[in-house]
Amino acid sequence: MKILVCMKQVPQKDAPLKLNESGTWIREDVSYEVNEPDAYALEEALRQKEKHSGEVVVITAGPPRAQQVLREALAKGADRAIHLEDNAFVGLDAFNLARALAAAIKDEKFDLIFTGLQSDDYGYAQTGVVLAELLGWPHATIIMQIEKNDTGIKVKRELEAGYFQFVDIPLPAVLTIQSGINKLRYATLIGIKQAKNKPLRKVALADVQSAIGSNLQKIERLYIPQKSKNTEFLDGPPAEIAKKLVDKLRNEVRVL
Amino acid sequence: MPETILVVVEQREGKLNRVSWETLTAGQAIAAEMSWTLEAAVAGSAVENLANEVAGKKVAKVHAIQSPKLDPYTADAFTTGLKQFITSRQPRLVLMPHTYQVRDFVPKLATAMGRAAITDCVGYKKDGAKLLFIRQMFQGKLAADVSFTSDTPWFVTFQNGAFRGDKVETASSPAPVETVNVDIPDNTIRNKPQEVFKEARQAVDLTQAEVIVAVGRGIKEQKNLEIAKQLAEALGAELAASRPICDSGWLPMDRQIGSSGQTVAPKLYLALGISGAIQHIVGMKGSRAIIAVNKDSEAPIFEIADYAIVGNLFDIVPPLIEEVKKVKAGT
Ligand SMILES: Cc1cc2nc3c(=O)[nH]c(=O)nc-3n(C[C@H](O)[C@H](O)[C@H](O)COP(=O)(O)OP(=O)(O)OC[C@H]3O[C@@H](n4cnc5c(N)ncnc54)[C@H](O)[C@@H]3O)c2cc1C
Ligand SMILES: Nc1ncnc2c1ncn2[C@@H]1O[C@H](COP(=O)(O)O)[C@@H](O)[C@H]1O
Repeated sequence: MKILVCMKQVPQKDAPLKLNESGTWIREDVSYEVNEPDAYALEEALRQKEKHSGEVVVITAGPPRAQQVLREALAKGADRAIHLEDNAFVGLDAFNLARALAAAIKDEKFDLIFTGLQSDDYGYAQTGVVLAELLGWPHATIIMQIEKNDTGIKVKRELEAGYFQFVDIPLPAVLTIQSGINKLRYATLIGIKQAKNKPLRKVALADVQSAIGSNLQKIERLYIPQKSKNTEFLDGPPAEIAKKLVDKLRNEVRVL
Repeated sequence: MPETILVVVEQREGKLNRVSWETLTAGQAIAAEMSWTLEAAVAGSAVENLANEVAGKKVAKVHAIQSPKLDPYTADAFTTGLKQFITSRQPRLVLMPHTYQVRDFVPKLATAMGRAAITDCVGYKKDGAKLLFIRQMFQGKLAADVSFTSDTPWFVTFQNGAFRGDKVETASSPAPVETVNVDIPDNTIRNKPQEVFKEARQAVDLTQAEVIVAVGRGIKEQKNLEIAKQLAEALGAELAASRPICDSGWLPMDRQIGSSGQTVAPKLYLALGISGAIQHIVGMKGSRAIIAVNKDSEAPIFEIADYAIVGNLFDIVPPLIEEVKKVKAGT
């Protein structure tokens, strides 16, 4: 099976975020990491390849810094990488980002495309599904298990509140992968060495420009959310906090 | 139809879910504010009863969008059916609840119509003549006002708990219900869904717990769960967790709180090292009191906490266990 994995670089979970001057995006001087479900998507692709042979290709759209994500993926076992390299990709909406990805892979023939179920920064939860529609492929979202069979694949979809569902899908197809579908591997030293010699194809904005248009939605303003509750902050040394808290538990919350 | 809002409600096994009513409340509020007309729709194989139920609320009309091919749900059938209907009516704004089902087909539907969807919104505002939708970004650390720059229809989905479902206005007389039979050609549906099932045999029922101590990724290592267990024991509480803890297998799935786990409303919910992502919050924000311990003063969990402790949980929890024990011992 030939599998494409879409991977995005996002600010690290613990990174303190600051707004840029226009208040429409964050200041980019933070640390980055791979979007969590995308790491699971890669792991799943590698496992499928180990079972059924084939090829795992990783793709990202973002500034030069995003190459790190591809390097890590290659070190873990992906065969080659595609980098749509430009700062402008950070600002695209899901519709246009998917159009850019589709344009970059128009000469390839994949059996499966994996994306994460959503990104930590935008959180659109759309890119994979939009890509499927642009390609005219079927899709399934929030996937927790994948098995190849004679007619295509059988996947396990996560539904709300502990429910699941199996779905049979013909190939080619797009799947959006949920965190926790498998256990992640670490890159080995040999893997890191080999990665240096693996192909990484760069795609410039100009190469896909004709496929994308202006954004269909716009962030007017980004801000720190308003608090919905009157929160009481308890401070002091830990022993004092513990006393204050127990007092609240007895007299206000009344659970002691 | 000029200036119409269409709310597409969601049903499962013949029942409308709560977030559908919340989305209807949102539709009523926007319709009133913009002086637009509000209509509703429900899609399925036989949904007239549900349409009648919605028609008791303050809406101008309810459409029962029907085809045998809409049951069971598939993204292909829903996209084809709804696209037909929406193209023929041209509402300005289409609102849906942000359920797993909706997030499975809305991006496809919007794309098939060359339009955009603003997903997972928590509110809206009017800025001059412009309608803005508020959504969380960066895992709830920031919020954004987002506008459409595309032609209508505009697609918007609202998150669980964003509006009050019990505030949906009823009508003095029921709205007209119109059945619309959509045509879904034979080869449209590619996926073959099987029965929905529940996996975890629930060993614990956290919904009955009065006090819950919940741990998140801030606990760092499996062996550190011990101090959370001790605190839970001292408080007579049940232990629960955020999703990554259960994904790692440190606690069983049935102790997971959130949209894909359990929804609880105890007297006290004590969150240790949990950031407060929306998928976690929806499962516990109904708690009577919420205490959060987090080392990051800007963690979103503090937005809904009654009592907040900014600090290292490994410093805070041990003295807390001692204090609780003292009180329990009556000293
Ligand atoms: C479709 C979908 C469904 C989901 N369903 C669920 C669900 O049902 N339940 C759920 O919980 N999540 C769910 N998630 C995942 C959710 O989005 C978050 O990723 C998850 O809740 C984060 O868990 P966390 O808060 O434990 O970890 P993190 O977000 O990593 O937060 C850890 C927190 O610990 C703090 N911390 C670190 N060290 C310390 C310390 N020493 N002392 C004090 N604080 C510390 C950090 O400041 C941080 O705020 C779902 C996601 C999706 C997309
Ligand atoms: N810039 C990007 N480069 C590569 N993949 C992306 C990019 N943006 C989004 N994706 C993929 O689409 C998924 C869903 O993102 P989103 O629609 O933004 O929530 C992510 O988990 C990635 O797999």
